[in-house]
Amino acid sequence: MRPSHKSATLLVLIPLILLAPVFFPSSFYYRVGALIFINGLAVTGMVILIGYAGQISLGHAGFAGIGAYSCALMPVHWGIPPVLAAVFGAVISALLAWLVGRPILRLKGYYLAVATLGFGILVYMVLTNETWLTGGPDGMNVADSGLRDLAKSLGINMKNSEFWYWLCAIVMVAGVWLAMNLQDSPTGRALRAVHGSEVAARTVGVDVARYKLQAFVISAVYASVAGSMVALQNEFVTPDVSGYMHSIEWVTMTVLGGAGSVLGAIFGAAILTLLPQVLTAFAEYEQLLLGLIMMLVMIFMPDGLLPSIMRRIRGKDE
Amino acid sequence: MSALLSVEGLGISFGGLRAVHDVSFAVKPGEILSVIGPNGAGKTTLFNMISGVYRPGAGRVMLNGEDVTAMRPDLLARRGMSRTFQNLQIFQNMTVLENAIAGFHLTESGSLMADLLRLPASRARARTAREGAMRLLERVGLERAAETDAGNLSYGRLKRLEIARALALDPKVLLLDEPAAGCNAVETEEIDHMIAEVAASGVAILLVEHDMKMVMRISSHIVVLDHGEKIAEGDPATVSRDPKVIAAYLGAEAGEETDA
Ligand SMILES: Nc1ncnc2c1ncn2[C@@H]1O[C@H](COP(=O)(O)OP(=O)(O)O)[C@@H](O)[C@H]1O
Ligand SMILES: [Mg+2]
Repeated sequence: MRPSHKSATLLVLIPLILLAPVFFPSSFYYRVGALIFINGLAVTGMVILIGYAGQISLGHAGFAGIGAYSCALMPVHWGIPPVLAAVFGAVISALLAWLVGRPILRLKGYYLAVATLGFGILVYMVLTNETWLTGGPDGMNVADSGLRDLAKSLGINMKNSEFWYWLCAIVMVAGVWLAMNLQDSPTGRALRAVHGSEVAARTVGVDVARYKLQAFVISAVYASVAGSMVALQNEFVTPDVSGYMHSIEWVTMTVLGGAGSVLGAIFGAAILTLLPQVLTAFAEYEQLLLGLIMMLVMIFMPDGLLPSIMRRIRGKDE
Repeated sequence: MSALLSVEGLGISFGGLRAVHDVSFAVKPGEILSVIGPNGAGKTTLFNMISGVYRPGAGRVMLNGEDVTAMRPDLLARRGMSRTFQNLQIFQNMTVLENAIAGFHLTESGSLMADLLRLPASRARARTAREGAMRLLERVGLERAAETDAGNLSYGRLKRLEIARALALDPKVLLLDEPAAGCNAVETEEIDHMIAEVAASGVAILLVEHDMKMVMRISSHIVVLDHGEKIAEGDPATVSRDPKVIAAYLGAEAGEETDA
């Protein structure tokens, strides 16, 4: 990866975010946009785990659940403001990822996939079954974060959907900025070395277990913040936020868009968030078409959408 | 001077196969010790045990007076051991330059926070590593391929890239497993010079090489393996006259390939 990747990524992303609202037919699209950014944030974390370090997780929605329920529970029980609760949620996710990651990351490939899947399901089950605490499958309310009022007091008066569009965009861009910093840093290189050849990484002095764990913890924090954003925006959470389908969605978005690059993964997040909206026109064939598109992309563009498209544009055939 | 690296009674079996059995030797700083022997003699396996990739079934490895038997490769790297691989272990997901920079991991890595925030300290470390990597690429003649994806390099050039990456650790002990394989005569001679130069700077070198002319020219000391056992040891002249060595090589030649 060339160092200019960071500026290039931000130069593509920021104008798109700024310009997109011009084409929104209704304020509903601000909501879709915010959802893209929340997924975009989560998949940026997945790029660090999958694209940089070469590890897999089918359980990261579990961390989103922790981020979301931290925002719901901490204000009620400890009087912590919801935004601060999101930060604490991220810390808890990081600690949990560290604890869970240590034994789990010794596993490779599909063993790791199944173990992480198990972790995600475990979180989902706890959130669903501990009704006394979480309200069970019916979910629970999240206190108003007060962020919109804060913006108002600063003279920024926006509709709720617009406000969350911009806030989610800012959080995602911040996440992208960190991930891009990491990519071309010593840590990023160590992670990519682990991906490239574990044995060679070890011989140049990389503590492979430690770096895998770092990638796992960082990506868990991304997922946790994404979950918190969902909770804060909707002012309501259900255990569904930690459902394993979300974990699988994030991996799919990452791989479909191009796991090697943050921009690719966000592109994947945008496509897979938008497609179902577009495909609703096909009613009962929606899921079928979605599945078909995913299969065709992976067969004909195994590197993912964005890298393949870029290669076409540059005319490099390899 | 005393030995920097020594192995004592090293052995390992895979299933019923005794791949290496009771091998001992020692290397001093500045020495080039070559391990030779027919294909399948156990040379690579020996390297894998010394460098912590395989756990030895018997014996010990001593580095600088410390027992480092079965120690993790990354910890050995911290203690000054570095190696290349017979079957290339290149980071295919990186450019040539990044592969070389990766060799500076121990000196360039710092705090995760500094890297995430791209603090000046992190950038400075990365820059130093980058400059060092560039110098090494020049040394192995790959400076013009620096920005190429490593996967696009020819076999001979990848071999040299691995040497550059191994040198980036500024090792005290360097294990080279067939560094000149796949290289033409000119390249082989360059590698030959480079190895001699590195040894002259005080590094203890352990070399596996099939090019006998090169081995005879640069080795201070030779250990001969056959079927996992040490059958001879000594200076190049003595070893090349040893009837057991000649027999082992003739046997191998009759079997399959020619090593000359
Ligand atoms: N991981 C392993 N599992 C099983 N057998 C192995 C393994 N590594 C090496 N061997 C066997 O050990 C013997 C020595 O191999 P090797 O060390 O590669 O020889 P050399 O490098 O001298 O050509 C061979 O018979 C090889 O098949
Ligand atoms: Mg070998």
